[in-house]
Amino acid sequence: MADAALAIASAPDKPVQPDELPLLEAVGVTKLYGHFVANDSIDLEIWPAEVHALLGENGAGKSTLVKMIYGLLQRSAGEFRWQGEPIELPGPAAARAHGIGMVFQHFSLFEQLTVAENVALGLDNVPLAGLDERVAEVSRNYGLPLDPKREVWRLSVGERQRIEIVRCLLQDPKLLILDEPTSVLTPQEAEQLFRTLRVLRKEGRAILYISHKLEEVRALCDTATILRGGKVIATCDPRAETAQSLASMMVGGEVGAVRSDGQKKLGNPRLVVRNLNVTPDDPHGVKLDGITFELAAGEILGLAGVAGNGQDELFAALSGEVLADNADVIRIDNRDAGRMSITERRRLGAAFVPEERLGHATAPRFKLSDNVLITGHAASPMVRRGFINRAQARAFVDRITKAYDVRKAKRDPEAASLSGGNLQKFVVGREILREPRLLIVSQPTWGVDAGAAAAIRQAIIDLAARGAAVLVMSQDLDELYEIADRLVVICAGRLSAPRQTRRADRGEIGMLMAGVGMKGAGHAARA
Amino acid sequence: MRLALERRAERSIAMALVSPLIAVALTLATGALLFALLGKPPVEALKIYFFEPLTDPWALQEIAVKATPLVLIAVGLSLCYLANVWNIGAEGQFLIGAITGGWLAVATHGTGAGYWVLPAMLVLGALGGAAYALVPAVFRVRFGASEILTSLMLVYVAELLLDYLVRGPWRDPKGFNFPTTAEFDAVAAMPTLIEGSRLHLGAIIALLVVAWATVMLGRTLKGFEIKLVGAAPRAARFGGFSDKWLTVVTFLISGALAGLAGVIEVSATVNHLQPNISPGYGFTAIIVAFLGRLNPAGILVAALFLALTFIGGESAQISLKVPLDLTKVFQGILLFYVLACDTLILYRFRLLPAPKAVHGIR
Repeated sequence: MADAALAIASAPDKPVQPDELPLLEAVGVTKLYGHFVANDSIDLEIWPAEVHALLGENGAGKSTLVKMIYGLLQRSAGEFRWQGEPIELPGPAAARAHGIGMVFQHFSLFEQLTVAENVALGLDNVPLAGLDERVAEVSRNYGLPLDPKREVWRLSVGERQRIEIVRCLLQDPKLLILDEPTSVLTPQEAEQLFRTLRVLRKEGRAILYISHKLEEVRALCDTATILRGGKVIATCDPRAETAQSLASMMVGGEVGAVRSDGQKKLGNPRLVVRNLNVTPDDPHGVKLDGITFELAAGEILGLAGVAGNGQDELFAALSGEVLADNADVIRIDNRDAGRMSITERRRLGAAFVPEERLGHATAPRFKLSDNVLITGHAASPMVRRGFINRAQARAFVDRITKAYDVRKAKRDPEAASLSGGNLQKFVVGREILREPRLLIVSQPTWGVDAGAAAAIRQAIIDLAARGAAVLVMSQDLDELYEIADRLVVICAGRLSAPRQTRRADRGEIGMLMAGVGMKGAGHAARA
Repeated sequence: MRLALERRAERSIAMALVSPLIAVALTLATGALLFALLGKPPVEALKIYFFEPLTDPWALQEIAVKATPLVLIAVGLSLCYLANVWNIGAEGQFLIGAITGGWLAVATHGTGAGYWVLPAMLVLGALGGAAYALVPAVFRVRFGASEILTSLMLVYVAELLLDYLVRGPWRDPKGFNFPTTAEFDAVAAMPTLIEGSRLHLGAIIALLVVAWATVMLGRTLKGFEIKLVGAAPRAARFGGFSDKWLTVVTFLISGALAGLAGVIEVSATVNHLQPNISPGYGFTAIIVAFLGRLNPAGILVAALFLALTFIGGESAQISLKVPLDLTKVFQGILLFYVLACDTLILYRFRLLPAPKAVHGIR
């Protein structure tokens, strides 16, 4: 209320709202996936002429919430109200009919078609005659320069985003949802976007702005709702907060239980990365910039960071899915491995668990006994002279099932039929049972229930205790505090200096994750 | 109430077997409709088309003869399609195999060469088909050109090359100016299996290829790699398999098998090179591969069925006076239904209550 009043005061030419009701209100909105609570009775108010930030780590439930608001997902409980009246949003068309527009992080554009043609394809019941002029007019009025006749493939990422925004604006939305809009923009493009958003606010439109860039939220937003673990942790005025206080609300203020066992005896370095630079092919990708660290036998190194800051690129470079430019920038057990294939790295005793369970770690429609072959074919009795031993493969599935309590409907089902937690236990178990000397695991307990998560963390700790070197990439800071000996933070493709977990201050880690104090970190990491 | 498609938890093995049968049934029903529209008695016409050939020993042998190239080509194509590699140009690889293999027969004609000629022709045919298939594979891997387009376009290049050769340099000087090469010598002809029949050794080769493909796909790491790259490319890269290399390998295998089919066809049934040596085997084999569920044993059955449509088409042309092109219509309809029915493997039909009315829109 106070914020709305403030916004009115600062924008006198804004049309006065007829009543004192929030534009959109969520009351106790809950979303369940099986037993997993993605959104836990969310209360949220969005007022006209408000830029409302939705803050939270990956997995905090931001996407689930906005997808329900845009009609892409259906809530399990609770209610949405639009200008005070309860509404149903069975699909995006219904959301658009109310005046809700959304710009997604990943665009859905046809590269061969022009800007105007792409706009036309995304609109409901809009006359096509004169569309070129209307696109040009909207883009001029809102400072979104676009040539309606240009083909999309000629455009930069920022220009493509403008198409999506213009497409929304042509529908005259009252509420515009933007999902991490600046993640693909240059600083200059971002500045231009902010100017547009301020114009929209002046016109009385509400904006729901999803981001984890804290400085940006403080500069732009009137209100911030912070989600953690599917719950609303706080609603505040971001301008009255510091980046540090916002970060600590995002990642959890309480300090996790520090491991009580004494200083571990570490062995020789198993993985040595020296000045690893990778430029991604994908325009959405992150450039790795001078990544340098060492990982010793028996050690668990935790890599913290907000999603999309180079974790995927680093995983691909370490696993060998993307080769480094020079062989000696990655050394595994004192062998130059930078140009080795993933199979050769596995033969050196390395094992990898990617973030994406279905489609990356496993083939969804393949049986588990086929899926063990994906990583096991290089060095195991399951394959001899090019022939597959099915009995051995099934026996290995049974071993994983027994050791990690994988629950499944039959002995050898398709990977896609397992629940997320059970599939994750299978994927982690598949690698750990091979007794790797080096394990690189990304998001080991992503979307997994508490019991399975504890079992997986224990398995990782036990593996390190047996002398393996482990790198854990996770956006769950609590998890890293629980299992890692040392912590590094990745932000915008650069790595911070490592810190002993027991001495690492949570607020400081949160700041590093937000990119504060990262300058030159890539070179300091040799410490 | 409304009808909805609902995703199954696992792929239905029963449906994988039943769906081609549904497709065949739907094709027959559509065929009956088609005959009725053409003014022919539908039941009688279908009987002539699909059942009478099965009662005639000569026609049965002809079905096996026509199925032989279909099996050879379709087995190779199924490896491509499983790996998500779209070789549409088997017809061209077939013709090039016939040309490279046939070249030896032409070159040794009348020289009294020994029994090494036929085996050498088979090898040359396979090599020629493989080399021709390498072109779209390399374009795809190196330059990202769509193999669907390049392999298809190379069919017409092969057709024109064959046309040029038999009208030009390889034309039989004693052939009354007909566009054919000289008849192959006995050492360049495929031995028949039964005296006085057209059934030839190629049928045995086709069966051996089916057996090889069954073992390769079911039991070896290479077969696993082919299926994995096609079904989950990212997981395949994670497994250390190169999709680019596999594109080349599957193109080479399918090109070799198509080339082998080509040289077998000319040495067994045509006995010389001429412009029309294939009634479109390379394209029909695409239908065979899908109707056979991209499975070698299934392909064997599907090839016999598609061969039946060739034979039935010929007898229908004679006794019903319908155009021979009707065969291609049948084959096209069949492919359409096969692909449509495949939806049932991963999805099932469900009757759902009507969606709730949308509240709040004024």
